[in-house]
Amino acid sequence: MNANNAVISLANLRKTYAMGSNVVHALQDVDLTIKAGEMVAIMGASGSGKSTLMNIVGCLDRPTSGTYELNGERVESLSRNQLADLRNRHIGFVFQGFNLLARTSAQENVELPLLYDRSERQIDPAAAARRALQRVMLDDRREHQTSELSGGQQQRVAIARALVTEPSLLLADEPTGNLDTRTSIEVLALFQELNEQGLTVAMVTHENEISQYARRVVELRDGLIIRDEPVSNRRSARNDLSSMQAV
Amino acid sequence: MKPEKMIRIALRSIARTKMRSMLTMLGIIIGVGAVICMVAIGQGAQSRIEQSILDLGVNMVVITPGASSSGGISRGAGSLNRLQIADAEKLARESMLLSTVTPVIMTGGRIRGGMGNWHAPLYGVDITFEEIRDWPVSSGQWFGQDDVRASRKVCLLGSTVAGELFPDQDPIGQEIILRDVPFDVIGVLEDKGQTAGGDDQDDCVVAPYTTVQKRLAGRQFIAQILGSAWSPDDVPAAMDEASAIMQESHGLADWEEADFTVRNQSDLADAATGTTEVMTMLLAAIAGISLLVGGIGIMNIMLVSVTERTREIGIRMAIGARPGDVLTQFLVESIVLSLLGGIIGVGLGYGGSWLVAYLTGWPTAIAPATVGVALGFSAAVGIFFGFWPARKAAGLDPITALRYE
Repeated sequence: MNANNAVISLANLRKTYAMGSNVVHALQDVDLTIKAGEMVAIMGASGSGKSTLMNIVGCLDRPTSGTYELNGERVESLSRNQLADLRNRHIGFVFQGFNLLARTSAQENVELPLLYDRSERQIDPAAAARRALQRVMLDDRREHQTSELSGGQQQRVAIARALVTEPSLLLADEPTGNLDTRTSIEVLALFQELNEQGLTVAMVTHENEISQYARRVVELRDGLIIRDEPVSNRRSARNDLSSMQAV
Repeated sequence: MKPEKMIRIALRSIARTKMRSMLTMLGIIIGVGAVICMVAIGQGAQSRIEQSILDLGVNMVVITPGASSSGGISRGAGSLNRLQIADAEKLARESMLLSTVTPVIMTGGRIRGGMGNWHAPLYGVDITFEEIRDWPVSSGQWFGQDDVRASRKVCLLGSTVAGELFPDQDPIGQEIILRDVPFDVIGVLEDKGQTAGGDDQDDCVVAPYTTVQKRLAGRQFIAQILGSAWSPDDVPAAMDEASAIMQESHGLADWEEADFTVRNQSDLADAATGTTEVMTMLLAAIAGISLLVGGIGIMNIMLVSVTERTREIGIRMAIGARPGDVLTQFLVESIVLSLLGGIIGVGLGYGGSWLVAYLTGWPTAIAPATVGVALGFSAAVGIFFGFWPARKAAGLDPITALRYE
């Protein structure tokens, strides 16, 4: 790990797509550093480049130019296989649509990343999955199939799946997009709790309200960072939940 | 990734869509089942045909008198008959490759007895004739060694002769008079039917050769010597051996022209066996095509499956599956599907060929090699037809795959 404790370090990052004869500059000259233990909300309207940024940060895509260091390791020119190993080892994904395997138990869904684990760590998939499900308070639903779980429960299984490899970064793409308000806040409470336990969290959202639960907000527009500041009046999801119960 | 991990992932995926997996396997199940069934029927038919040729006497070696030539002009087969009982006795004594030998004296004439009279050939033979020609009696009994030794006047009637002379009564115990010599009928031979040439084999009378020679033929020379090799494979060697013994018996040197001819029936056997081999291969080829169709069915379903599971592939890639892992997963899935189908198909093939044997009475034979080839082939089908869909899956871009609706 490098000196300033950065998990993510992007410098002069550019991404361009050729759309027919047009060249789309999805990201132009982005510099961004996310340190360990941070909880960052990446904001922006659609077309702002936040999805592109998330794909690159998540090692799903490669930048056109610029540098990307993940835990001090340069990743912008790695092969598909190396990127796959990095995703497995360092990044836990949480998606808007949960993206669990159908007709599969919660336990098996959570074990899935460990099937692709190529590190030297000797992890017992079943035990690790059980621990991860305990962290999201779903260990009583282990044997339930995906279709037997509510939306909020499915998202918690997805979070457990992201946690099971003990990643450096939890990367959430519109994690509350498919959930009602109360369940959204429950998921955010879980993120805050995990963050307090030391997990670095980056979540992409277009809702200003959601970003209020992060410690820091980064806003993009037209492929440029236009705002990068700490959240001044950070909301506690746990407090919000208890006040909702009071009503 | 460890192989057991890969097989576990594949088995879980297959178990998740049981109905579809069953239907996918059905093509292979039917294909493998058909191959095994068809080959079993073909081989059964082959052994049945071989058996019926054996019944004709495929092991049989026939020695007939040779041709003589006088001043360079051949007089044709049989023109010089020097075959004798002694030759037959020498063959029986000295031959290692012939299990049995019998002389055949051919004569014939008018037969009186029972309802009227008839004209039929008479064969004077030894008791071994029954085994060589595979010709038991349908009623009564064959004459024995004593009858031959004592030149008893006993005879067996071919079924045609029995039918003509004794249409309404049991011929056994009756007397017939053949060219003024009375014979006691002690048995009726089983129906043999016609020869390939259309002669009625059942129109004959069979009696001990000793009796025939003494009472009727009165000649020193005999028409044929029949021998039976131990097995069809021994026939060529037995023929060579019989030739050598005959040469010696006739006092001929190796270089001297034989005054006899040694023949066999194996040409007929070869032709018939060849025909059934072709038939077996034809059946197997047709069944093989159904296996191919089954393979294409697997490819079809795997392609559909890759498209349908695009999102799953995206998820797997996002959480760290390498393209190679995805390729392996789909390949293992299709191999497991086709191999499982193959195993069930083997069971079906056994059941099917048992059913065919049960319903038609054909002997069916399943060679273990067939099972091995069918299983190997179904695994190969899985690899061959699974590779393209698997490659398609592995080539997917995780971002596009994740967004796929």
